[in-house]
Order: sequence, then C-alpha cells, then structure tokens
Amino acid sequence: MSIAHTPSADRGGPAQPLLLVQDLKKHFPIRGGLFGATVATVRAVDGVSFSVLKGETLGIVGESGCGKSTTARLVMRLMDPDSGSLIFDGEGVGQNAQTGGLPLKEYRRQVQMVFQDSYASLNPRLPIEDSIAFAPKVHGVRDAEARGRARELLAAVGLAPASFARRYPHELSGGQRQRVNIARALALQPRLVLLDEPVSALDKSVEAQVLNLLVDLKEKFGLTYIFISHDLNVVQYISDRVMVMYLGEVAEMGPVDAIYDRPAHPYTQALLASRPAMDPGKRREEPPLTGDPPNPINPPSGCRFRTRCPHAEPICAERKPAAAELGGGHLAACHMALPGSGHSQAGRLAA
Amino acid sequence: MSEVLDRPMTEKAATVPLVRMRDVNVRFATRDRTVHAVNGVDLDLAAGEVLCILGESGSGKSVTMRALMRLLPKFARVTGSIEVAGRDVVAMGEGALQDFRGGDVAMIFQEPMTALDPVFTIGRQIAETVQRHEGLSRAAADARALELLELVQIPSAKRRLAAYPHELSGGLRQRAMIAVALACRPKLLLADEPTTALDATVQIQVLLLLRRLQEQMGMGVIFVTHDLGVAGEIADRVAVMYAGKVVEEGPVQALMRGPLHPYPRGLLGATVQPGMRGKRLTTIPGAPPSLDLAPTTCPFAPRCPEVEPACTVEVGPRPRRPVPGRMARCVHVAGGA
Repeated sequence: MSIAHTPSADRGGPAQPLLLVQDLKKHFPIRGGLFGATVATVRAVDGVSFSVLKGETLGIVGESGCGKSTTARLVMRLMDPDSGSLIFDGEGVGQNAQTGGLPLKEYRRQVQMVFQDSYASLNPRLPIEDSIAFAPKVHGVRDAEARGRARELLAAVGLAPASFARRYPHELSGGQRQRVNIARALALQPRLVLLDEPVSALDKSVEAQVLNLLVDLKEKFGLTYIFISHDLNVVQYISDRVMVMYLGEVAEMGPVDAIYDRPAHPYTQALLASRPAMDPGKRREEPPLTGDPPNPINPPSGCRFRTRCPHAEPICAERKPAAAELGGGHLAACHMALPGSGHSQAGRLAA
Repeated sequence: MSEVLDRPMTEKAATVPLVRMRDVNVRFATRDRTVHAVNGVDLDLAAGEVLCILGESGSGKSVTMRALMRLLPKFARVTGSIEVAGRDVVAMGEGALQDFRGGDVAMIFQEPMTALDPVFTIGRQIAETVQRHEGLSRAAADARALELLELVQIPSAKRRLAAYPHELSGGLRQRAMIAVALACRPKLLLADEPTTALDATVQIQVLLLLRRLQEQMGMGVIFVTHDLGVAGEIADRVAVMYAGKVVEEGPVQALMRGPLHPYPRGLLGATVQPGMRGKRLTTIPGAPPSLDLAPTTCPFAPRCPEVEPACTVEVGPRPRRPVPGRMARCVHVAGGA
C-alpha cells in the first residue's frame, strides 16, 4: 500500500475546522520608472480570515478584482502569502513536521483544485487517463495501480473508461473536460477541493450536470469544498456557508440562508438585487449600484465600499468597519451593523 | 434635447418589418469537413422591437446574427433571403455594405477590448464613424462624440473623450462601444452577448441602459445571449435556437412561464434559480448533435425525454402555431402551420 492510497485520517476530530485561514495578505507591487522602483501596490488580498468546517461547502462570491481567485491560489499555496497563516486540521501548513506542522507536499496531497478553463488545465499531449494518473505516480504509486485508479475515477465522474480513457483533451467537449479535471483533482484522495469557477465556462444544461456530479462526489468521498463563483444562484445552490468579498476584504460571511434572506452589508444587498429577474413582469427600472468596482491599486480609505454605497457617511471614510457579529456565525463588516459605531443608522449600543 | 435623439425616424416601419429572414442556411465548407451551422431560419423583427436569440454554444445564434450583417468569412455559404429595412442584404456589393454597416445597422460585441481600436482615443473612434457616414466636419463630429458619451452615461464624459480603451474599466469600455455603435443612429442594433463578460452589478446597469436607449431611439434590437435571466430583463420576444434551427419563438413572458418545446423546457429546468437548494437539478442528457450533416428531422429527438417514433419521421419538424405569436417546431404541439 502506497502513501497515496491511504486516505488521510481525520486528526483533529469533527469540531476542529478543516482549514483555518488567518489574516491572509497578498500585495503585488507595480514597478515602474527608471530603476524599477515600486510605484504602487495592488492590495489583492488584504487581511482575509475564515474557516472551513469539515464536510461543508464554503462559497466565495464577489466581482472581478475582489481577490477571490487570489485567495484560492494562496490557500492552494500556488503562491506564497505576504503574511497570514493556514492551519489544516490543526496543523500549521508549511511548518516543520517535528514541531507539529504539515509539510507542503503532504498538504498539497490533501488539498486539490479545479480551474475554470478546462482545456488550459489539462496537458494536451497526454491521454486523459495519464493526466489523472500523473499525480499519484509522483506520490509513489505504481503505474498499473495508478491507471486502474484513474479508470475508476473516470467511471465515477460519468465517463465510460472503455471509450474515454485513451482520448486526448481536444477530443472532449467542455463539460467532459471539466469532469476529467474533477477526476484528476480526486486522484490523490484529497480532503479539501477548491473549485475556482468550475461551471462558469459551461452551457446551462451542462452546468446542471456538473453541479449534480459535484454534489454526488462530495457525499461519496466525504469531501469538503471551497466553491468560488461570480454566479450568486449557483453559490446559493451548492453552499452551506457563504463569504462575500469586495476589493480584497471580506464584506460579509455567514450561513447561506442568512446571507440570502437577511443580507446585512449594503454590498451584499446590491449584489443580490443585481441578479436578473427570471420573471419579465418584475423588471427593474433602476440599477441597484452605479459605477464599476474601484481599482484595487489605491483602495478607498475606511470602508472600501463607501464610494458606491448609498448609505455612506463621514465615519465610513474615517474608520475601517470591524466585523459585527449578528448571531449564528453571521458577520458583516459594516458600520451600520455595528451598534455604537457612530453611523446614524447603526443600532444603539446594547447596555 | 440632444441631436442624436431628436432626428426624425423614417416612418415606413409600420408596414415593412425591419428584419425579414427567410429560410436562411449557413454552411462552413472547408477541405476537411462541412459544418451546417444554420439550417433554415425564419426571423422577423418589427421596428422598435427587442428580440433575444437564446441558445447554447454551437446553436448557430451568433452565426445567424453575423449573416444579417454579412460579417461571415468568405468560405461561409449563405443561402436564403435576408432583408433589412426593405433592402436585400445578400445582393449588396462591398460599397453598399460599407454604408449599410455602421449606418443602418450597428453591432456590439462581448469583448470591447478587441472591438475597440487600442491606438485611438474613444472620442476619435466615435467621431470617425460620424464623419464617414454623415460627412460632418471634424468639430461637429467631436461634438457628437461628447453628446454620445453623455448619452451612454459615462461620468466626466469630456475628459473621457481623450481616453484610450485600456484606460477605462470594463463597464465604461462597454458603454464606449455602445456609443460607437449608436453614433449614426442605426435602425437596427445587433448585440452579441454584450454583458456576458461583465460583473453582476455592472451587467444590470448596461442592460438597463440598453433598454432605455432602445426605447428613446426606437431601435430594433437583436440580442444574442445564452442566459435566460438576461433575456427576461431585456427581450420583447425570444427565439430559442438549437442545432441551427429556431425551435421555439414567442413573447418573453409566455415563453419563460411555459415553454412549448421540450428543449427550452429542459433549459429552464437546468438553470439554477433561488430556492432550489437541496433539490436535484434536472439536466438534459447527452450533447448537441454534430452538424456535419444538416438535420432533417427533429434535431433534439436523441436527447428528448418525450421522444416518440413520429419525431424521427416528420421532416423539419414543421412549425406549429397553437396561439397567435407563438411558434414551436415539435410534433407534440398542436396547432396549424
């Protein structure tokens, strides 16, 4: 039995979050001028903290430039954060194993990712069976065993191995390729799968097939998902908890029903109101928000949403709002949700 | 008010439809294979009407629209009749086409960064169109450009005239492209997924802007989209395409509440909507047919949950019109042709 065939045991117990992300930061310098001095900084991810519980699906929504994909790449450690820490099932990621840490190679075996572009993420010169078997072989599984496992996974994602295993990526449709990517992500028997816009490039009828498949696989293999999307309806469908990001920060986070039924942050409210109505009888006359999301190079002071917020007051420019706890794990980073913040619409301080 | 909005419309629209396509077929023939992209499309558009062509990738929706403007590559074989504002588009020569495009008909695309010229300012690109088609002086064209930027609600329009496309955000760039398209007040605007690449809060702004401009200017609009929600926000009528055929057509409200054809019914069921959490999504099994051969019988039959022997017999299938204004090509739908 090789290392890649042992499913990783639960170490911290059910109450220990599978992943704990603390104060994650990633700034990209923009260099210019004669000597390549740093002229500006893109604050792509600026102090993001969240947890992912075992067996749940955490949805991350936000518009382009909000940092959701950078967050995924930092969690996957495809890039190194400037600061912040990752705790995976109680163990510090990338720290020395002798001091209770989890080496990166071992972490990456337990965390896998599926990307939006199903074609770019597969090697065009490898039959799909070999693509799926590649990572287990790197982790020390024998060739025949890895192939057998790849064929099992192809069957699990609904592609008959007899007719698909030897095909190349260009011989498949977009939906089929995305199934291959999902199978490949599962080849190392990970515990956490990061799905970065996995259905955004697919047609609606295929999107539904892939979403059903993701729900089935989660149950079958006992997986935990981080599901990133800009499609609010899809996130609502698949998530247990939702995190809304805006310009590199968390605007609101909470159980899916709380976010969709009682959004507390004006940005979440606007985002939800921007969904096209499926009923032509209920068309909007006015857009909920004006303008585009600002550039993350020089984000506004205080609350980053204040430049587009209909409720902005001087306090919003002066102070960054702290996350207000609204009960049941529902957090909103807005002065209006924080009693005693100084905003005229904030509740009174509870005595 | 502004000059763009005040110019009188030519008032023959009431009798002649703005767009009339009959039995339009498009084949792409290369040495290796022939693809039958559009197979017998009939479409009508009245002046001042918004028609959404809804379909998935490969359904022929974009090809149909490009055929309308004769934008297809040379190896495309287009047959059938296409008339826009009473003029025969198929018979037009190169010179007539250049007047036609940008004058009578304008088009906006999904990706403004590739549709706008990166080396000219926004203002110049709008003014150039006006000078070419209306022969205005440079100063008058520049004034029109400013007016158009204000019309599409670009903030600080005067300053933005001198901006290059890369200096604008995605939403502003899309508005600038709309301004270029509207420069000569077209009778017909073709929109190919213009909001698909935009963020949710920006998409709704652009949709509402397009709807308002369409009403103010009395344009006919053909809007290609794969998104039912977008069609619900903007369309008067919807034509659903599958395998190069229009399988159902009707007023947006009726079609979205109760599609007649199994394909749009399946599409509606497969679209994730609020309140479906925990329920299994209905899917359409299989994949669209390869279009190496033109479909003769119902192209959806291999995937259809309601398929019966008659489906693989009737050629077409012929269009049924159970109520005025609605059409479906399905043997299960009652009603005369």
